[in-house]
Amino acid sequence: MIFLADYTLKIVALGSALLGIVAGSLGTFAVLRKQSLLGDSISHAALPGIVLAFMITGSKSSLILLLGAAVAGWIGSYFILGIIRHSRISSDGAQGVILSVFFGIGLLLLTYIQSQPNAAQAGLDKYLFGQAAALLKEDLWITVIFGTVAIICMALFWKEFKLMTFDPIYGQSLGFSERATDLMITALIVIAIVTGLSTVGVILMSSMLIAPASAARQWTNKMGAMVVLSAFFGALGGVAGALLSSLIPNLPTGPAIVLCLTAIVILSLLLSPNRGILARSAQRYRNRFAFSLQKLLLDLYHLEENHTDGERAHSIKTISLIRSREGNIRIALQALESNNWATQTDEKLWTLTQDGRIQAEKLLNKGEENL
Amino acid sequence: MIGEIILIAILVSAACAIPGVFLVLRKMALMSDAISHAVLPGIVIGFLMTRSLSSPLLFVGAVGTGLLTVILTESLVKTGLVKEDAAIGLVFPALFSIGVILVSRYTGNVHLDIDAVLLGELVFAPLDRISFLGYDIGPRTAWVMGIILLLNIGVLALFFKEMKIATFDPGLSKSLGFSPVLLQYILMISVSITTVGAFDAVGSILVVALMIAPATTAYLLTDDLKTMIILSVIIGIVSSVLGFLIAWALDASAAGAMASMCGVAFLLAFLFAPDRGLLSQIRRKHSQKLEFAVTMLTIHLSHHRSEKQCDLECHEQHLTEHINWDRHFASQVVRKAIGDGMISSSQGLLKLTQAGEQNVKTAMME
Repeated sequence: MIFLADYTLKIVALGSALLGIVAGSLGTFAVLRKQSLLGDSISHAALPGIVLAFMITGSKSSLILLLGAAVAGWIGSYFILGIIRHSRISSDGAQGVILSVFFGIGLLLLTYIQSQPNAAQAGLDKYLFGQAAALLKEDLWITVIFGTVAIICMALFWKEFKLMTFDPIYGQSLGFSERATDLMITALIVIAIVTGLSTVGVILMSSMLIAPASAARQWTNKMGAMVVLSAFFGALGGVAGALLSSLIPNLPTGPAIVLCLTAIVILSLLLSPNRGILARSAQRYRNRFAFSLQKLLLDLYHLEENHTDGERAHSIKTISLIRSREGNIRIALQALESNNWATQTDEKLWTLTQDGRIQAEKLLNKGEENL
Repeated sequence: MIGEIILIAILVSAACAIPGVFLVLRKMALMSDAISHAVLPGIVIGFLMTRSLSSPLLFVGAVGTGLLTVILTESLVKTGLVKEDAAIGLVFPALFSIGVILVSRYTGNVHLDIDAVLLGELVFAPLDRISFLGYDIGPRTAWVMGIILLLNIGVLALFFKEMKIATFDPGLSKSLGFSPVLLQYILMISVSITTVGAFDAVGSILVVALMIAPATTAYLLTDDLKTMIILSVIIGIVSSVLGFLIAWALDASAAGAMASMCGVAFLLAFLFAPDRGLLSQIRRKHSQKLEFAVTMLTIHLSHHRSEKQCDLECHEQHLTEHINWDRHFASQVVRKAIGDGMISSSQGLLKLTQAGEQNVKTAMME
């Protein structure tokens, strides 16, 4: 907590936390609507807006530059939707064109004003990769205001957005316009992106939308919970990355935040209790083991049936003859024993118990019923 | 020297346009965005190991991370935990971030800085020359891009049929024995190699513009794969040469100007393409509307011709009321109907002609 006493660090941490909350919660919609990369296109498309806003007003106030970014980002996304609607180019092609061309125009303008004699433009390129250390109180207020507006809009239209996200056709039949919803959600995503440009930069901003929401998706199936979790993850990754970048020299903020968020995503993918990779492989292992136990039980049962001379106990060697390559038989036999389905005779031979026989017959009957 | 720069611009844009066509057709355009970001750590690691920007190790590293992007994305999708778009959006920012951090932490004072990564240095490209047997044989970038262009043309010539089938009908391609996956990886390798080669000249981000914009522009203009490839090469070359000249005049980033000109080319095609352009779509819609209205008019006239109020109903003025057309549209319809020989008009009183009667009959029969 000592380092939080530092004024700059306090601002940086607070700003990144706010940004994480805004981007994380709104990113939920982008991810669920399979528009994750729209954020990438919008944030690239915002660059010419920043430069043009500077060229027109001559001001370097964050508010004016970010308004320019918002307008350009929104125009870019409008173009993308227009291209998809009015031509046979699919959404990836439309995004690729708009993203690269807008970014190119932005770079053209940026390098053009950089080549001009007055040096007033210095510092505009912080919007490429972000610079949390340069955050001012003004930036914090911008994040708070933009973010509050966006989150209030989301809360107001929560039901409509949810409906149009999961079942747009039903929504349309109720009279909601898909186009209007598209434009509104896009506008909110534009706002979320714009709030992060000075911290994370245009190139990596999309990650702030995608990563927290993708991580949150692993832990819940409820949309409300997903938004809250995603906001939390966004804040966590944002603060961690921003602090790291302030503490370690030559560590740009945007990339640091992105890597922290990526770590959260990887952990979520691995550890989530229901869909997580570890949980699923454990489940798969348990299933396989249970199946191999059943199979062993049936094998013992068939061995008994075939030995009409009453020889009911068999050595591990005999059993393994009919069960080649099926894992460790000793462990499986011990598991059967602990279920009271098999027991070991004094001569170290294995035989079924009465319970085991009943169980095997149950399995066989079930198998026949299934046939 | 300008001649050499233009030569490099031509080679870069031609080399980019070829894989771009397949990316667009296979709806993988954003994969080029992902790869162009993700090659950065490969380039940086190669650079850190050799301390030279012209070492072939940079290519190895970059192609490696390019393929890593594809593999990571696909295995993420395969887990079923994230959708494809989110998977792409998770993988490449992470790799790009690693690259940026490596650049800013370990390459402090050397030639490789962020601007060079983003923008490339087309103008300086002719300064880096190679010599053979003591003779200067031209800028290195020109040779590299020339070889990559030849490679791309070679792959295209070798696998044209296979690529075509795998692009338009993956199922058929599989049943014929060409694995679409293998061809996809060939495409991805070619995208990665081209990206690294072009990186010097136009920077890692604007490679996307040169790959995707000419190909989408060509896609609006033709239905034929061969024509599309040739068109996108031409569009790429023209826009990058024009772009360079503009940048030269403005003293601004050549890469930015080239991408902007690609955008202009796309916009022109989007608006004015003969069949699929926005204008011809609007014109077609309008003429369909007009045609339908003419048929409606003839039916209207045929309904009312034997009525007492015929004089009233069959008057141009009356159409605004009866069919609910505005005056301007009504006069447009009447003019077209007269032009088509469907009706004749005497002092505003409209009458069906022979052809008009015929038109009513066919319309009603249908």
